[in-house]
Amino acid sequence: MSSADAFELVGVDAGPVDGDPILRSIDLVLPANGVTVLAGPSGAGKSTLLRLLNRLDDPVAGEVRWRGRALTDWSPTELRRQVAMVFQRPPLFAGTVCDNLRVALPDVDLERAGHVLEHVGLGADLLEHDADTLSGGEAQRMCVARALLTDPAVLLADEPTAALDRAARATVEDLGRMLADSGVAVIWVSHDTDQLRRLADHVIVLADGAVRAVGHLDELDASTDPLVRQSVGAP
Amino acid sequence: MIAVEQGDIGIAGLAASGILVAVAVGISLWRQLGLERSLLWASLRALVQLLIVGWVLQFVVDPDDPIIYSVLWIVAMVGFAAYTTSRRAADVPKVLPLSLVAYTASAIVVLGVLFGFGIYDLEGRTLVPLAGMVIGNSLAATVLVSRQLLIAATEQRGVIEGRLALGLSATEAFRPHLRQALRTALVPQIESTKAVGIVFLPGAMVGLILAGVDPADAVKVQVSVMYLVLGSVATTTAVMSLGISRELFTPAQQLRRPAQRTDD
Repeated sequence: MSSADAFELVGVDAGPVDGDPILRSIDLVLPANGVTVLAGPSGAGKSTLLRLLNRLDDPVAGEVRWRGRALTDWSPTELRRQVAMVFQRPPLFAGTVCDNLRVALPDVDLERAGHVLEHVGLGADLLEHDADTLSGGEAQRMCVARALLTDPAVLLADEPTAALDRAARATVEDLGRMLADSGVAVIWVSHDTDQLRRLADHVIVLADGAVRAVGHLDELDASTDPLVRQSVGAP
Repeated sequence: MIAVEQGDIGIAGLAASGILVAVAVGISLWRQLGLERSLLWASLRALVQLLIVGWVLQFVVDPDDPIIYSVLWIVAMVGFAAYTTSRRAADVPKVLPLSLVAYTASAIVVLGVLFGFGIYDLEGRTLVPLAGMVIGNSLAATVLVSRQLLIAATEQRGVIEGRLALGLSATEAFRPHLRQALRTALVPQIESTKAVGIVFLPGAMVGLILAGVDPADAVKVQVSVMYLVLGSVATTTAVMSLGISRELFTPAQQLRRPAQRTDD
């Protein structure tokens, strides 16, 4: 991995402004390719870390850098178009699927809109459907399609399958894998160890607001730390 | 006999109208509503408040007095309206300074049109009551729009951050919620404007007709007052909602959390 392209966290504290920090003194370089899974127990700070990467939140101390530049030096809107995000609960906007896609790219034509839907495994015929009528899995894939319209280099995924059934979960996982293979760096928060083992090229284990382990799955499987072994579902 | 002459019902007339309060109290006793004390207190309080206001207004609207008295009166009304708004929408960030700006802007715009175009003569007798209409009628809508915006920012957080995450600016991400809140505040005003004359006769017109003014002239005044109310409500809510929208987001286009809203 080339660290020039990667996210880098230096001495980062994050959390509520007037409360105890959720993340403490984080020094970390995130891989800039493949699927990186952020794992660890609930409350470890996985989502908090993810939200720092596209500046939905700012750290209370320290600095986050991307491509060698502090995030505060990027225009937030430009950064977010390159570092896209999907959420646990897919946020649907009013109107049709096509209206939803146009929020990301107002002048998208029907051909491109249909193409991006097919890219995420949905039919172009859904374009004129009301977004509210999509199933959970369709809605999440539509949100990925919407995010892809800005041609992002990175996709942040905050437990994107936690609210989905098994079949829908598989389609969204396949989509994450396909995007990573096509060159989009995917950073995926999950507390599902089976999912982690199916998807992860790299794993970062967080616990109690600190980085507990970083590495490939086989490296972490060999860890002697019971919490790391449990977080990656080591056999 | 009680007779209306030149709009004066006299002390006897005022006392006799109190019979209607007695009717309301009687109904409360009869149906065991337990509202007698509230009814009497409200009636008495309204009487005392209006007597005081009427007494002070004598000085303000006297053509011989300088217009600055009227202006001071309006400043006090703006301050009181802003204070009331800040009490009734206490969770809204920077609600007091924002509502001061909103009511002031509305008063300047609306009174500027009414007096700038010579629709009314600029004197205490017209300035104070018209400013009262501007501010009084905007109050409920301003509180409503403030609360609506705060509810949207809290309950629709996921959708708003979904738009931000697509690279939209805070203004763009919040626009649908801003539009909805403004519509919610303005639609009742539009509906009551449409129903006027058919469903109810507005207070200003009733007052003028009772005071002996030709109904045709009363209508003209009433219509100008209705337009004033529409303009005031639209201006106040627009200024207020734009101000609140700015307070809800950081300069880095992040939606603030409730705890963050008060600490800067």
